[in-house]
Amino acid sequence: MASLLFYLLAATALLATLLCITRRSPVHAVIFLINAFFALALMFYLLGAPLIAAWEVIVYAGAIMVLFLFVIMTLELSPGSQRPALNRRQVAPALLLFLLLLVSAGLILTIDPAGQAGVPLYYASPRSFGAALFSRYGLAVKIVSFQLLFATTGAYYLGRRRKVRQGEESS
Amino acid sequence: MIVPLNHILLVAAALFFMGLSCTLMRRNLVMILIGVEIMLNAAGLVLVAGSAFWQQLDGQLMVMLIMGVTAAEVAVALAMVVYLHSRTGSIDVNTFKDLQG
Repeated sequence: MASLLFYLLAATALLATLLCITRRSPVHAVIFLINAFFALALMFYLLGAPLIAAWEVIVYAGAIMVLFLFVIMTLELSPGSQRPALNRRQVAPALLLFLLLLVSAGLILTIDPAGQAGVPLYYASPRSFGAALFSRYGLAVKIVSFQLLFATTGAYYLGRRRKVRQGEESS
Repeated sequence: MIVPLNHILLVAAALFFMGLSCTLMRRNLVMILIGVEIMLNAAGLVLVAGSAFWQQLDGQLMVMLIMGVTAAEVAVALAMVVYLHSRTGSIDVNTFKDLQG
């Protein structure tokens, strides 16, 4: 039952991602990507990571994608531009990557016998998760929090500089 | 879970490829960032699957740190998208091929 659910969710995530990357309008792409993230969050939950699943919904679908939507709607992009959506010169490298994917998928399926075993049941309780995060990875947590601070400062600087520049041009 | 690890790796590889091709082939800056997000999520799926496969917590902790890094990256990248749009009126990457300084 759980494995059937997993395959259904995997199909949902792959289909939603495929629809996402082929949409012309960025708003539709973001909506499909949110759909894919919900499916991925349930896959994380099935793999024994309930905290990661919750953060996938809260942080990715709730914060980052809404930020994308906010920016897209702020910029008022025209959905159908005159130029084609694809960069045609880049199709050949993408096809090469697809061949690489096929080769690596074949290697994954045929060569590695250890991967044929089922993933065992595993549940990471939030208590052990937090204990490991703040003891073993305490330095990494501090670095990431510093990086968030720097990103906030950088985003504020970029937004502020734009206003000053517009004021200079208008005056 | 009865799902073999290989199948999870296949799903993650397909997701990663779709994100990479989105990043390579689209012209829209926002769509390029969305491709990066897809690739990061595929990597997160592999990390969580490995975390369950070896019964260790470290993979999930790595996903947590990746989420923090991604939030910072998206904040700066979208601020730059808004800045570039206000400067040139377009978010087509081909507009910025002669960007200097």
